[in-house]
Amino acid sequence: MALEPLIPDQVLHEPAALDGSLEAALDGGIASDGASTQQALSRGQLVWRRFRRNRAGMGGIIVLGALFALAFIGPHLTQWSYEDIDPNAFLKPPSSTHWFGTTQIGQDVFAQTMRGLQKSLIIGLLVGVISTSIAAVVGATAGYFGSWVENINLFTVSLLLVLPDFLILAIISPRLHDSSWLWFVLLLSIFSWTLTALVIHSLTLSLKQREFVHAARFMGVPSRTIIARHILPNMASFLIIDATITVGAAVLLETGLSYFGFGIQPPDVSLGTLIADGTASALTFPWLFLFAGGFLVVMVLAVSVIGDALRDAVDPQSTARAS
Amino acid sequence: MHPRDNYLQKNPPIPESSINQKLDEINQNDQTPIFERYGTWISGIARGDFGLTVDSKSINEEMGRRVGVTLRLLLVGSIFGAIFGVLLGVWGALRQYQASDRLITVFAFFMLATPVFFTAVLLKYGALQLNQLTGRQILYYTGETSVGITGSTPQLLLDRVQHLILPTLAIALGEIALYSRYQRSAMLDVLGSDYLRTAQAKGLTRRKTFYKHGLRTALIPMTIWFAFSFGTLIVGATFTEVIFSWPGMGAWFVDSVRKQDINVAAATTLFTAVLVLFSTFLADVMRAILDPRVRTG
Repeated sequence: MALEPLIPDQVLHEPAALDGSLEAALDGGIASDGASTQQALSRGQLVWRRFRRNRAGMGGIIVLGALFALAFIGPHLTQWSYEDIDPNAFLKPPSSTHWFGTTQIGQDVFAQTMRGLQKSLIIGLLVGVISTSIAAVVGATAGYFGSWVENINLFTVSLLLVLPDFLILAIISPRLHDSSWLWFVLLLSIFSWTLTALVIHSLTLSLKQREFVHAARFMGVPSRTIIARHILPNMASFLIIDATITVGAAVLLETGLSYFGFGIQPPDVSLGTLIADGTASALTFPWLFLFAGGFLVVMVLAVSVIGDALRDAVDPQSTARAS
Repeated sequence: MHPRDNYLQKNPPIPESSINQKLDEINQNDQTPIFERYGTWISGIARGDFGLTVDSKSINEEMGRRVGVTLRLLLVGSIFGAIFGVLLGVWGALRQYQASDRLITVFAFFMLATPVFFTAVLLKYGALQLNQLTGRQILYYTGETSVGITGSTPQLLLDRVQHLILPTLAIALGEIALYSRYQRSAMLDVLGSDYLRTAQAKGLTRRKTFYKHGLRTALIPMTIWFAFSFGTLIVGATFTEVIFSWPGMGAWFVDSVRKQDINVAAATTLFTAVLVLFSTFLADVMRAILDPRVRTG
């Protein structure tokens, strides 16, 4: 009796369902409760509607929004700037003048944390956008053009994949000591896009065979336009999810590198450098690192919850199947 | 990296010729063409010689000591992390949407959002509180053994364990969270499958179906994640070593970047590469053990 189990599909991270139209029609039909007068929802509306039903995802958006507001409004609420030194308060615990306490040399921890939060948020978002864009361009051109373009692009991807990103970044970034932190953002992006590009490549390979792409090609639409107008929009949901996930990963990578002093350089601060400065005396003066660390955890948590909710909203089967 | 900078900033200034001589001695002279230096380095590696540090010490000796430290941390951490992660994942999948499953999910999300260095510092802080509360040194948070400790073997062993607990926890907690998520979704996939129903229908006990047919199948994709997450684990171990001042390979790497020591950075990177290769190999072997279809011949 052969009872050898048939093993189901083992791909854990399935790319988002490409063809939303049928599913959208079905889902829209159910959601409208039989109201036949209702117009068909666009895919974006549908995803947003499903997303709104996800309480954790909405919570994540609210928290992230609040963090943003705090990071940019917060510095104006206090009289201290992150570079100011209060000679009357060295290493004071949180009080009404210094909400999060002060450091060894009298810097206001609240102002510093806000500044660090700003930096980490901006870096995370920029890396998310840049790396997903690189991945989209490289992956889509590789899949669409095939032949030598594909070979070159995939070779670059494999080359970057085997490089240990943390080690390489740690070696390169001290060389950027004097240049702008935007270079650091670029470096982070260069090491974050590879896996995404592989997925986009395979998505493009299947999209390329679809009728609307054929039609566009036979009508003489230039390849660049086909990729930009027909191929990439059809994987928009995947791109958005991926950008979200990359934001979380980038923030962790950035703070990690900054922790060792390989990332954001003083006098500028990021959450990573703040935690690093705090750890030396963390055991006796916990306010030096607790706030920065707390904000970091809350931020990454919010981003990952949003990413999860987005994936569920775009691909409802993934919820039914996996959670 | 510029090892030369180490000497240029010295006061009184060192004559250029002696800097060159010194750099030549350790094969880190940037005036020698890079391919020539690489040739010297690679032929040294072929003979099992990793060269000299910027302080003209033998890398081999230092490496012998540090490799052991790092391997102990990685081995205990990954075994601990994999076992508990898989257990938590299975537990959560079998009790889907119950209180315990939700608790595990929340824990996993929090741990995945927490960088290792923050976990490590929090653990250190917690250990300090615990020690103060009990008035005894239960957990140590610096170094891998107490300095100058003497005593019988059990005492020495206990001392090592006391030092090992926190760093291991620091890297294992993240691993547990990661594995529990993957294991949970893999297990849920399997639990919904037809063959599991068949297995139950032919009269196997619930326990036997879950562990023999369910868990074994659900473990197969985990081998891939094991190979993938090993790189993350090594980076995590780097933080852990630095924070708990363990003299391991990761801490050495960070040190070498600060000291602009090319040879040490190369040696530690090589070590990492070998580890990653080995872990991928191990993952393939595990996969072959678990999945009969992979075995050929």
